[in-house]
Amino acid sequence: MSSPSAVACRDLTKRFSGSGGGVLAVDRLDLDIPAGSVFGLLGPNGAGKTTTLRMITGLARPTAGAVAIDGVTVQPDNPGVRRSIGVLDQAPRFYGWMRGRELVELAGRLAGLTGAELRARTRDTLERTGLDASAERRIGGYSGGMRQRLGIAAALVSDPGLLLLDEPVSSLDPEGRRDLLSLIADLRGNATVIFSTHVLDDVERICDRVGILDTGRLVEEAALDDLLARYAVASYRLVLAPDQEDAVEALRAALGTAPWCARTSGGAGELVVAVHDEAAAIAGLLPLVVASGVHLVRFEQERPTLEDVFLRLVGRAPVERVA
Amino acid sequence: MSGLSILFRKELLESWRTYRLPVVAGLFILVGLSSPLLARFLPEIIQAAAGDAFASIEIPTPTAADAVVQVQKNLAQFGALAAIVLAMGSVASEIERGTAAFILARPVGRGAFLAAKAAAIGLVLAMSVAMAVGLGWLYTAILFEPPDIAGWIAMGLLGWLALAAWAALTFLASAATGSMAAAAGLGFVALLVLSVVAVVPAIARWTPAGLTDPAAALATGQAAVGDLGWDLWSPVLATIALIALALIASFVIFRRREL
Repeated sequence: MSSPSAVACRDLTKRFSGSGGGVLAVDRLDLDIPAGSVFGLLGPNGAGKTTTLRMITGLARPTAGAVAIDGVTVQPDNPGVRRSIGVLDQAPRFYGWMRGRELVELAGRLAGLTGAELRARTRDTLERTGLDASAERRIGGYSGGMRQRLGIAAALVSDPGLLLLDEPVSSLDPEGRRDLLSLIADLRGNATVIFSTHVLDDVERICDRVGILDTGRLVEEAALDDLLARYAVASYRLVLAPDQEDAVEALRAALGTAPWCARTSGGAGELVVAVHDEAAAIAGLLPLVVASGVHLVRFEQERPTLEDVFLRLVGRAPVERVA
Repeated sequence: MSGLSILFRKELLESWRTYRLPVVAGLFILVGLSSPLLARFLPEIIQAAAGDAFASIEIPTPTAADAVVQVQKNLAQFGALAAIVLAMGSVASEIERGTAAFILARPVGRGAFLAAKAAAIGLVLAMSVAMAVGLGWLYTAILFEPPDIAGWIAMGLLGWLALAAWAALTFLASAATGSMAAAAGLGFVALLVLSVVAVVPAIARWTPAGLTDPAAALATGQAAVGDLGWDLWSPVLATIALIALALIASFVIFRRREL
């Protein structure tokens, strides 16, 4: 297999054996991830994200198809292909008896670093991940967030050309999440990052390309901006004055018959109107509000979000949404 | 093999930090110290315990050969247990805890991962056997007479080879099942089966249990290596072949394992 992509998956399939024909975790996945991009691998739980990443690292063997990194086919016992990869597992497990610094050094040594370069890279990575103060503590005493930071440090120490991060911020507090996302964003152009998550806000914040998986199949793959332009539904948020239930019901009814209106939603005190035809909506929405006698506190156009895209393509919301 | 020396050092550090090495070494030191003492003072111990009940039975005066038998017996029993305990979690615990995935997602071959573990277990057993045999020799020299050093070194080597076989079989079970409990169970079953079939002398000489008699003959000075011929070489070759087969099978199975 030869490809200019940093990672190329061709017809990649993984079926786990079991009763009733087993489970098809990944189904004929074709994916090209350009070098230097920050690629968000999105999908609900069980979509096949982790299995895909494990096949890319060679920890899981494809039932069919293949993965190539920089044109070299990945195989479980081909360590050379993993020389330029940094990996962070979904639930990283480490040796509790080791010190944090020792683990990062071990990862660096296994990637070929030695001597002064190894020590300098270890020190630098521990600083960047905020672990320098606890580097000499045993990992057994680390919190979940510290373990996740440690996993990131171990993945980054060798300055890899390809970084595979499976739910990398799931155990971090808001500050840690912000720091790590910023650190990943800084890698853009210098390394290829594949970032698996079901937290759409994180993807919108740092990824330039997105692949959406559902039940093992790639539903869509494109640049984030293209995806938003193509699938996101334009919508308007109406913040309503209190005590006007009848007028709001009349407005809802009127919107239900408007050809440009896709759907209405919203809780107490607000109404969100998703539209098919933005130009028609701009011309028709406010006259309908006035005609219904609804008083507004605020009226704003909502930015199209990845959640809209996800809902349209997968048909349901992802598991988690972080505010 | 990519990463072998790095992982070997990590294994030895782990053995030390998790107290496996000190505990196993302590057990073997106890065997080395206590066995000649037990051989030397057995008549007194029996007399003190039984009083006049065995007064009519004449217990022969202990000799250095009794110390050899005692060292060998204790090494075989406690050593086999230590070998199984050392090997049962070596691969399985890393699979169960998920740390194998951390290592093998890096530029490390699965062969190097296993070889580092097998070599570390072999070294820990070798150091422990060396301490037991060294101390056993010293106490035998003090309590009886200085035995033949070369014979005791040969006994130590053959004892280590037998323990390495039990460790290799448990190691195979650990890599194949990914479960510490299953590996320990299979290791004990292998020890039991090979010990039982070794009751038949013709079979014993082709099992690790067949190493006991030539080891005793060499340590007591009853025979030299050249005198033993196939009585020595058949169990040695059979045990080396068993270890090699177990390690190759471990690699073949582990290579296909999903992590």
